[in-house]
Amino acid sequence: MRLTHFRHGVHPPELKGLTAQVPIRRMPFPPEIVIPLRQHTGKPARAIVRPGDRVERGDKVAEADGKMSVPMHASAAGTVRDVRLWPHPDGTYAQAVVIAVDPNSPQPHRPRVIPDWRGLSGAELVEAIRQAGVVGLGGAAFPTHVKLSPPKDTPIDTLLINGAECEPYLTTDHRTMVEYPERVQLGIRIMMRALGVTRAVVGVEENKPDAIAALRATLPRDLDVTVQGLRVKYPQGAEKMLIKSLLGREVPSGKLPMHVGVIVQNVASVATIAEVFETGLPLIERIVTVTGHGVRRPSNLIVPVGTKTRDLLATCGGLTPQAREIVFGGPMMGSAEADLDAPVIKGTTGVVVLTDAEVKPQKSYPCISCGHCLDACPVFLNPQLLGKLAMAERYEEMPQHQLADCMLCGSCSYTCPSNIPLSQLFALAKAALRKPKAA
Amino acid sequence: MSEPSLLITASPHLSARDSTPKIMWHVVLSLVPVLGAGAYFFGVSALLVTAGATLGAVVTETVFGKRGTLWDGSAAITGMLLALTLPPGLPMWMAFIGGAFAIGFGKLIFGGLGENIFNPALLGRAFLQAAFPVALTTWPVPRGSFWQLRGDNLALPFVSPHPLDVVTGATPLGLMKFDHVGTEPWKLILGVTGGSLGETSGLVILLCGGYLAARNYLNWRIPISIFLTVALFAQLLHALRPAVYPEGLFMLFSGGLMLGAVFMATDLVTSPVTNLGCWLFGLGVGVLVVVIRIWGGLAEGVMYAILLMNAFVPFINRATQPRVFGQVPAQKMP
Repeated sequence: MRLTHFRHGVHPPELKGLTAQVPIRRMPFPPEIVIPLRQHTGKPARAIVRPGDRVERGDKVAEADGKMSVPMHASAAGTVRDVRLWPHPDGTYAQAVVIAVDPNSPQPHRPRVIPDWRGLSGAELVEAIRQAGVVGLGGAAFPTHVKLSPPKDTPIDTLLINGAECEPYLTTDHRTMVEYPERVQLGIRIMMRALGVTRAVVGVEENKPDAIAALRATLPRDLDVTVQGLRVKYPQGAEKMLIKSLLGREVPSGKLPMHVGVIVQNVASVATIAEVFETGLPLIERIVTVTGHGVRRPSNLIVPVGTKTRDLLATCGGLTPQAREIVFGGPMMGSAEADLDAPVIKGTTGVVVLTDAEVKPQKSYPCISCGHCLDACPVFLNPQLLGKLAMAERYEEMPQHQLADCMLCGSCSYTCPSNIPLSQLFALAKAALRKPKAA
Repeated sequence: MSEPSLLITASPHLSARDSTPKIMWHVVLSLVPVLGAGAYFFGVSALLVTAGATLGAVVTETVFGKRGTLWDGSAAITGMLLALTLPPGLPMWMAFIGGAFAIGFGKLIFGGLGENIFNPALLGRAFLQAAFPVALTTWPVPRGSFWQLRGDNLALPFVSPHPLDVVTGATPLGLMKFDHVGTEPWKLILGVTGGSLGETSGLVILLCGGYLAARNYLNWRIPISIFLTVALFAQLLHALRPAVYPEGLFMLFSGGLMLGAVFMATDLVTSPVTNLGCWLFGLGVGVLVVVIRIWGGLAEGVMYAILLMNAFVPFINRATQPRVFGQVPAQKMP
């Protein structure tokens, strides 16, 4: 197998063994579901239900607001209890529809028309995907219908499917590929049709040979779909790195993958699209890896969107005494949770519970100019210089050193022997530069 | 489920196992065999000089440094490195002053670890060479029992050292420069020659440097670049006038080149951060070493070559920034 890769990057421990061989199972419905209206990149949705309304599983509870927005759906049958501010996994509060789940409902979904994708045009497919509330499930939650509607003057020749899953601990995509390879293939077929492209390439880090084998065994005969092994390296799953690794194309600074003729979709998103056309159900549940040495029963679960962290952890046997930090997403880019009431949303790839030993605060030392961060940065920035500027709050000098190209992957912070919180400094600098200057 | 007290930190939540003190103490560890070779060739004198220089560095760091910085190990490295560049017969008090100067004026005055421009150990040595030119150029030959002093190591401070009954002689570089006498390569490689207490055995230095390079605690491009430059440049001159200019191999293993290239030029703080910069830095050091040794007034040039190139590091860093990903003029569409 020819292994392709991008330059630089880091090699964090993989730590996937806790759940890599654990089959996906469905978690029971929690007593209460909370659907935040802001779960995607773009404008939040607008609630269309009121307290007291009865909703069935799969019913729309919020309407998309504009083009960069998607509708939200009830992930369980029950009664709307409230529409109010609720803790959001990003650490803020957001408007959310709170649903008291009907304990007596067998939770069927309302019988609905399953759109036959074979009879639909590209535009109709995209609209159906939008109505199903589909967003990218790799973490950023970018509305999928926007990705699937590139401007007319931007030709797309390749669909890339991201199965790298380079974050340590997470096995969501891994298990999806192993257990539902046909669904992934169907999703690819539908997306290729929606985009009108003739070529698709699936990139999978080669620490998942079972996933590669499962996908290769189910390749369609009539389409140009290939599965390519990728070198195990972080951040292999970053869009621009993946395109470089698989196609050798470099997305220009400030541009999008479509500007080099590529659309990238995560495997979980692709599988979800297939599900929409198999069952007629919108995106109301997703696969979540609940893992880490701080949780008693690490698992891969099918979780209703809106399940509170508390209920999710309880399903996995609860926390161990060593549990210290709960991270939504992977440990490299994920965010720590302060509130166990924050729900799982569409972009939640995993919940990692780290232990005391893993998150022991470490002393920072002065920068010794070792240059390890330069060797780690996948976009060839100079984190050392940027870090010094950020610490001196000389933010306005940072754009000329291409701060905008930093994707906050954390490779520099990870590798820094002096434990300088480089990526945190860069996030701070980006936020400071976004703010309009105080008069 | 009990509600734990949760920690909230910024991502990434994992970090590599290396830490700055760990790197520093590994360098100290890698210097022990070099010091051992010095003790083997120059007996207890080597240990006395090292004790003096290291004590000077460590005491200065403790008194004038920020609290706790002693334990990051960098002061110990500076003291040991300085000692390795000193003649074995040097009085301990001079070594102590050298160590104190290296830390005080080579590092702390710039703001401490990571802020200095010049290699502190070499700055300390340059100071000693200016202050005590005779003591710094008296070279005992590597012969005698372990307990025999190779100079008046125990002289009282600020008292001129007693001339002891010690056999001294010129270093291989001095012999070559002033008498046009060569030294057998095997003697140079093993270190059975006169010279500073830690510089003579190229073999031991290479092994210890290889260990650090394998752990990525030094950038291997710097010593390799220096070796290639010195060897090729010297060999070229030798080919032109064999009677006057020594061979490349001699230049590589004589004097402080091995010690300087492996342990001094690779000092993380005072060397470039980019890989291309490291190649250029090594090239500059190599050229300067040969130029000073052959056309300069001194027999040895490694110290000044590295110090001079240290001054160019900020410029080299700026000039060798890699092209940022995505900075492409116009993408060719397939």
